[in-house]
Amino acid sequence: MINPFSLEGKIILITGASSGIGRGIAIECSKMGATIIINGRNKQRLGETMALLIGNNHRIIEADLSQQSEIEKLVQAIPQIDGCVFCAGIPQVCPVKHFKRENIEDIFSVNTIAPIMMTSELAKRKKITKGASLVFIESISGIYVGTPGDVSYNASKAALNGFVKGAASEFALQGIRINAVNPGLVPTNILNLSNAIFAEEHHTNIMLNRYPLKRFGKPEDIAYGVIYLLSDASSWVTGTNLVIDGGYLLN
Amino acid sequence: MNLQNFIENFSAEFDETPKEMFEAKTNFKSLDEWNSLTALSIISMIDENYEKTITGADLRNHITIEDLFNYVKSL
Repeated sequence: MINPFSLEGKIILITGASSGIGRGIAIECSKMGATIIINGRNKQRLGETMALLIGNNHRIIEADLSQQSEIEKLVQAIPQIDGCVFCAGIPQVCPVKHFKRENIEDIFSVNTIAPIMMTSELAKRKKITKGASLVFIESISGIYVGTPGDVSYNASKAALNGFVKGAASEFALQGIRINAVNPGLVPTNILNLSNAIFAEEHHTNIMLNRYPLKRFGKPEDIAYGVIYLLSDASSWVTGTNLVIDGGYLLN
Repeated sequence: MNLQNFIENFSAEFDETPKEMFEAKTNFKSLDEWNSLTALSIISMIDENYEKTITGADLRNHITIEDLFNYVKSL
């Protein structure tokens, strides 16, 4: 049986794969037959992700993508890839009037500049095969909705979305597709970090009522959308945003 | 750190609530302007002025501005 969503024979690089959505994407992509290269900063947690992957020949490459030298090291270490999923990201909770330049530079460095410079490096080193697909994990925040207290995060993701649009048109000439996935709330470590600061009810009772499907997302909800965008099923799709949000934007 | 100064810094995070509403015994969570964003502003203010990190749970666990002051001082 032909499965247009299969990732059989594809080599997929996944950043931020040591936890949360990135880990979920790595696991589901391995189930679809892909050979996975997982990247993150924490060796132990990358090992935990590795243990959950199905199939053989997957690889771990540790690198801190906020450092240009580490991006270059990672790109040099990998073979040509058929897909890349940019999941590495950090939250930041701070009201605008308390912004500090170094904090804004930090979040843009990880959420925006790292995936942009990594795309550039992959292209420069000719590591992206013709017909490959790059998928950027953004958020509904910053692109479709604004969230008080998360403004620097919103800005970092919105800037990344601008890159996705521009790069999609530039890379289309080479048959390389570039798309974004915009998840609603998926409870992961990134959320626990903001929970430590924000009142818990903000993320539970009040927030749950804003999701028409009456649950928060799971990493695999996002992974299935990513699989579509990585697979040949989406070969006529580029520069688009795939919202996966339990109906949040219906409000 | 002193209490009077802490109360002044606390009140400066509010835009609508009159300054005289802020006293040592003020139950800050009963203020109309209290919400998740003002809570976040207080956390940021404490971080900036006193270099102490508190959480949303710490705010929930303290009733008056003085309670919170004593807690921050103890950190």
